[in-house]
Amino acid sequence: MSGSSSGSGSGVGDGPGRRRVLAGAGGIALGGALVACGSNTGRGAGGSGPEISQWYHQYGEPGTQQAVQRYAAAYKKAEVRVQWRPGDYDRQTAAALLTDSGPDVFEVNGPLLDQIQGGQVVDLTAEVEPVKDDFNQAVLAPKIWQDRIWGIPQTVDLQLLYYRKSLLKAGGVAPPQTLDELVDAAGTLTTKKTKGLFLGNDGGAGVLAGTPLFAAGLSLIGDDGRAGFDDPAAARALGKIRQLYADKSLLLGAPTDWSDPAAFVQGLTAMQWSGLWALPMVKKALGDDFGVLPFPRDGSGGRPAVPVGAYGSAVSARSKRKAAAKAFARWLWVERTDFQQDFALSYGFHIPARLSLAKNAKQLQHGAAADAVRFATEHGHAEPLLWTTADRTAYQDALSRIIKDGANPETELKGVVRKVNAELQRVKKKSRA
Amino acid sequence: MSAADVRPGGPVARALGAQRRNLWFWVFVGPFAIGLGLFTYVPLVWSLYLSFFDAHNTVTPTGDDFVGLGNYTAMLGDGAFLSSLGTFVLFTAFIVPATYVLSLALALMVNRLRLARAFFRSVFFLPTACSYVVAAVIWKLSIFNGVRFGLANTVLGWFGADQTAWLSTTHPPWYWLVIVTVRLWLQAGFYMILFLAGLQRISPQLYEAAAVDGARAGWQVFRHITFPQLRATSVAVVLLLVINAFQAFDEFYNLLSDARGYPPYARPPLVYLYYTALGRDQNLGLGSAGAVILALIIAVATVVQARWFGLGRKEE
Repeated sequence: MSGSSSGSGSGVGDGPGRRRVLAGAGGIALGGALVACGSNTGRGAGGSGPEISQWYHQYGEPGTQQAVQRYAAAYKKAEVRVQWRPGDYDRQTAAALLTDSGPDVFEVNGPLLDQIQGGQVVDLTAEVEPVKDDFNQAVLAPKIWQDRIWGIPQTVDLQLLYYRKSLLKAGGVAPPQTLDELVDAAGTLTTKKTKGLFLGNDGGAGVLAGTPLFAAGLSLIGDDGRAGFDDPAAARALGKIRQLYADKSLLLGAPTDWSDPAAFVQGLTAMQWSGLWALPMVKKALGDDFGVLPFPRDGSGGRPAVPVGAYGSAVSARSKRKAAAKAFARWLWVERTDFQQDFALSYGFHIPARLSLAKNAKQLQHGAAADAVRFATEHGHAEPLLWTTADRTAYQDALSRIIKDGANPETELKGVVRKVNAELQRVKKKSRA
Repeated sequence: MSAADVRPGGPVARALGAQRRNLWFWVFVGPFAIGLGLFTYVPLVWSLYLSFFDAHNTVTPTGDDFVGLGNYTAMLGDGAFLSSLGTFVLFTAFIVPATYVLSLALALMVNRLRLARAFFRSVFFLPTACSYVVAAVIWKLSIFNGVRFGLANTVLGWFGADQTAWLSTTHPPWYWLVIVTVRLWLQAGFYMILFLAGLQRISPQLYEAAAVDGARAGWQVFRHITFPQLRATSVAVVLLLVINAFQAFDEFYNLLSDARGYPPYARPPLVYLYYTALGRDQNLGLGSAGAVILALIIAVATVVQARWFGLGRKEE
């Protein structure tokens, strides 16, 4: 579950034209081709050496685009054209991968299991193998399917709980260590003008995802290959998120969503769940008046948890220059550690995916940043590859009903468990075929 | 081609038609026919084809992926899809009469004005020029945001009420207020213009005759003269309103979606299918099956409605 660091990644503004959607699902057939026609695919004529197009989603931090263009220009064995793609990147790549005019090398919030099974991305095991152990294993694991590696982790993103020290002190509240304490603290800190906690405008169903389950000592998919939250502890933990909502301790309907620290910085809330990328902005606005926490543990078997994830660099199976594309991906995301460090830390604020880099980065050795790195190492959980979009939607819908409608967590979760187990059957059947 | 072919009576000349009418027919109609075929009929048929396959991430599934009617049974057994149909019925049942009444009322009021009629007509019509996306963003971020400085919350705050998270509250479902008001604001003016045109077509002699017969101005005249005379306009307005409601997507998507998807409430079918087929899942087979089901429902509803209103029947 890697958060998009652009903040506005898929904001309110990029609704598709009505006509396009009205053309019905059939329009999809042409959608891919249209995307390809309507945009410069980055493969101009001329130049020496093979030409490779590389796609990035739009990062919000200034300088990132120039940086990736600089890296591309430094590669001598091929002419790399970088495409910086604003808007709904996941959907753009998904459509482009159906056509011949998509990218050769691209970053992806995945690759997803269906993309791997559908043969849309190529095997990068040979490229990563020599330094496999130097990657953060939590974020590398979801890139592996049947012992092959399908994407190279670029940087690690994580989400964590920001709290305002002065407000907690004024309210006589200690930084919460358990979910119960979080519920109490959020209630105490809620006043007429300030809410206790901000979990996103939807009340937390979207951003929290599996985190409360991890904090209750459970998992999304268990070691036995079945849904990992068929357990009373799951219903108990999710019921406490409902409690936060019912107590009116949650900030809802803020102008910016959880990925943006504005609500926290402007004092609309005393605590906010947000991404590591927000840390420089929070620090700039609040100085030392803030701290960070993992999601607090729940129950006797619980442990604190933070969700981690990584955009991966993948090579399209429809690329006409697969060898050159693979060589470039290895050069940038395996060999050029100087560029990897620059990419992670000079513009936005991410943890390098390579352990050796994360350990030595001086920006990550003090204060809240050092805490964050520790959380990522000790409490990091990534969404497993087998957790497909259908699973996520079913779970997220149930969580939303639990939080907002006060639906019974046990019955809601039972439905999700059934659906997840069926979906697991589907992907297993497909992998045998 | 020999010169003989082009001579009058030759095969080419025959194909071109008298005064080359056939040629000009295709010159003018051809581009549109090609566009219609390429961008409407081909995708339609392709969608129908895809709906019988397990087409994840592909528009060209192979024979192995054939699932028969599997996608249809999955979609009809999918509680989320059925609830999206319910959402849509609820939305239509509310927005169609509400817009109808509001725009008719506006038209009657504007029509009675003696002063500044053009001004008010323009003022009420103006929102029609605003895009659904822009209006939805204004509604979401300025008027109905959930924090204390949102317009709605500021006004309520004067009376001492607590701030309400309009779009996040499901009990009571305040989000409907936001969704319905934005659409009312956007479309009432347009239908008001249609009603105004209808009102101006009613012959003044009818009103004079009614007055002579002793009909009281106001409700009685409206009930027995104005409203029946507006029948043709009303049929057109209701049809357009229902079609527009079928297409509901923009304001729902822009008001309620976020980077993490869409909440499980107020999710009309188009939004649900959009996420199924075009979301990260790229389940094009299932999405196509849903689209076909939706198209069938719309077709049946339209036919029934046309029969009901006697659309196209000659007026007596």
